[in-house]
Amino acid sequence: MMNRFASLLDRLAYEPRRNGKIALIADYFRSEPDPERGFALAAMTGALRFRNAKPGLVRVLIAERTDPVLFALSYDYVGDLSETVALLWPAPRGLNRPSPGLAEVVETLQRLPKTDLPRQLADWLDALDETGRWALIKLITGALRIGVSARLAKTAVAALGTLSADDVEHVWHGLAPPYTELFAWAEGQGSRPENADPVPFRPVMLAHPIEDRDFATLDPAAFSAEWKWDGIRVQAAGARDGDGNPLTRLYSRTGEDISGAFPDLAGALALDATIDGELLILREGRVQSFNVLQQRLNRKQVSAALIADFPAHIRAYDVLVDHGEDVRALPFSERRERLEALIAHEHDPLLSISALIPFASWDALAAHRADPSEAGDDAAAIEGCMLKRCDSPYLPGRPKGLWFKWKRDAMVVDAVLMYAQRGHGKRSSFYSDFTFGVWRPAEDGEELVPVGKAYFGFTDEELAELDKYVRRHTINRFGPVREVAHGADGGLVLEIAFEGLQRSSRHKSGIAMRFPRISRIRWDKPAIEADRLATLEALLEPAA
Amino acid sequence: MMRASSILVPRPEGLFCPPGGFYVDPVRPVARALITHGHSDHARPGHGAVLASAETLAIMAARCGAGFAGSTETAEFGQPMRIGEVSVSFHPAGHVLGSAQIAVAHRGLRIVASGDYKRAPDPTCAGFEPVACDVFISEATFGLPIFRHPPAADEVARLLASLKLFPERTHLVGAYSLGKAQRLARLIRLAGYDRPLYIHGAMENMMRLYAEAGVDFGAIVKVSTTERHKIGGEIVLCPPAALGEIWSRRFSDPVTAFASGWMRTRARARQRGIELPLVVSDHADWQELCATIAETGCEELWVTHGQEDALLHWAGTRGLKARPLHMVGYGDDGEAEPA
Ligand SMILES: [Zn+2]
Ligand SMILES: [Zn+2]
Repeated sequence: MMNRFASLLDRLAYEPRRNGKIALIADYFRSEPDPERGFALAAMTGALRFRNAKPGLVRVLIAERTDPVLFALSYDYVGDLSETVALLWPAPRGLNRPSPGLAEVVETLQRLPKTDLPRQLADWLDALDETGRWALIKLITGALRIGVSARLAKTAVAALGTLSADDVEHVWHGLAPPYTELFAWAEGQGSRPENADPVPFRPVMLAHPIEDRDFATLDPAAFSAEWKWDGIRVQAAGARDGDGNPLTRLYSRTGEDISGAFPDLAGALALDATIDGELLILREGRVQSFNVLQQRLNRKQVSAALIADFPAHIRAYDVLVDHGEDVRALPFSERRERLEALIAHEHDPLLSISALIPFASWDALAAHRADPSEAGDDAAAIEGCMLKRCDSPYLPGRPKGLWFKWKRDAMVVDAVLMYAQRGHGKRSSFYSDFTFGVWRPAEDGEELVPVGKAYFGFTDEELAELDKYVRRHTINRFGPVREVAHGADGGLVLEIAFEGLQRSSRHKSGIAMRFPRISRIRWDKPAIEADRLATLEALLEPAA
Repeated sequence: MMRASSILVPRPEGLFCPPGGFYVDPVRPVARALITHGHSDHARPGHGAVLASAETLAIMAARCGAGFAGSTETAEFGQPMRIGEVSVSFHPAGHVLGSAQIAVAHRGLRIVASGDYKRAPDPTCAGFEPVACDVFISEATFGLPIFRHPPAADEVARLLASLKLFPERTHLVGAYSLGKAQRLARLIRLAGYDRPLYIHGAMENMMRLYAEAGVDFGAIVKVSTTERHKIGGEIVLCPPAALGEIWSRRFSDPVTAFASGWMRTRARARQRGIELPLVVSDHADWQELCATIAETGCEELWVTHGQEDALLHWAGTRGLKARPLHMVGYGDDGEAEPA
């Protein structure tokens, strides 16, 4: 029933914890029959599209049914169109019609002529309750943002029985909604779906950040080093389909199929391998900074002009499948040899190999890392080094002791705590989101201007202390936000570490920080000694 | 015929009745007060003489101490009494235990001050009784058409379903200590839940008062300071403010729920970090407000407090005279805007 799916979405929207989400979804899959649960899985993995349902249609329907003044007052209060309409919809009393099933909704929308849509949608909204209407409008207008990734939904399928999320991933791309054979397999009622995808996503291997104290215990001779690229991690999976035609799919690190966003790669590569690498923008052979890549990622429409302006490229650093052979169990050094041979053989300008950095000691590597200019034109896109044990197999997740990332030192700035907001879930009783600012000239002296927001970087003990500080120094409350005393004669200084700065017209200060976190609490430092905005402006990245 | 506006007059102290010489729910100490119900924004200590239902008087004594007023007098529901030149009668408002609407009649004209009220059934207090009148005075806490309270039993069923899904996690339920907590507790029992119900210490005296009035809560356990972290998978009722306080941290991995009409909108629930919003209110929702106003047959509507714009607009489209009283000091009974 649509109502069951709606109450699942409703619960997920409030559940902050990953395990909590998995439990909710798995419980739903357990209690809903096919094909309902299959279409729910399709909705959560982004496999459904409805071209004709637009928010404008919903507006027209509600305008026909409500007093305009009451609608305006309500919309103003709620702030979200789907939710306002869901709550305001005048459901006829005593309507003896069952609420529609999710499968019925999906199948009807796929064949319904556009002109019949308003009447059909109104009929469904009449038959649903508030939560059902909210979910239906979100679903069909494509605004279903509920904090559930495709990977999480697949993990919940696996949780129905003894499968792992990777097992589900392996067969996923050969399947289509409503995934009846997948559920049967997951519940131990059926065999593994046969039409396995020739180019499935394989879960990626991740690195741990290296700590200074780790170096004492690690032998440099056991490791291989390469540059860490500031792009997006991708997996390019290529094989021949049943008809012998090349098939390539591009996945994000979480397994989302992003081929559609990069037709210049997915449509052009003709690999017979699955490789792991970094997606970068390459202009005239030169790797561009992340800012440039960000501009392409921000565009919804992938036009020919966009592709020409922002040509995508993969810098490869590992191979998982080589001509049909799964090589993940081989040591890194052997996979690396295979990768070198593969890239040389492909000889494709869309692909290049990520060079190794020769080094004999950790100090020597530190010198390379501190000054990546030896990478020449590409230095702007380097954010540190990767260390990989030469004997490491390719394992999903973040296994201990095999791969490390050694980032270039982050920039730090001393800022003053200005506002605090309560967190979510486990942190909901703590003030754990902190807005901080730096000084800038004002009419009468100097004033603090907010430059960013941080909600991690501290230990649990530090969080407890910060929370106590916020409660004791509150000067104003705005809903869940507290204004904390800040000024020349008082205030708490936070050392903020961050990865970069960009100009931003959306921020009052004119700058936006990438990845800010609290690196130290400077209980000792007077607020007046915190940094000035000019200091930050000097660190701005050159405009792309 | 006398003008209604000279029978009840809004003043800073509260609604004043010149021909009767009394105030209804005054927010400042006055010589003579008629009190609709025991919520602290309506029932304040320090008045000279107080007339209220027996239950409301008991609630006031329990909350403010036995000497909360110079003298008290019990109003029986449905029994007209003469005060000065007017006739006054009390009628059930369905809001909390003992809650009343107060009807004031004078020379053929009747005004009903309804206090706070709801129309949904509540096993812990007498149901609202519509009283025909010329002027109806209504609150408008949930005076927007988006506010539609679902059946409270359905919301309690969602709480119990969550408990079944997360059997090891304590369910901390924020609920106002007078009215909401008791209604929830009773509904939880009616839904067949038979484990002890845990309560925050601040709720103890109101739970006892309701129990003495004959409401059966089954086993109630006060959460002690030391063993909070040991409680797992139980229902714990606490005042809403305690959800954001240090008190709530001692429970291991709780699900935080909040029972309030404000939980109708997602932004409000998220703002408070609530994981399980329960839409349970002791106020009338939009449809109940409109239906009640129509049912009284009134020709004029006065709105005391809340979100009055939509209700005044609606009354206008129905050809009713309507005016806001802009009463200050009400709406702080636990369903107020979160601070
Ligand atoms: Zn009240
Ligand atoms: Zn009130």
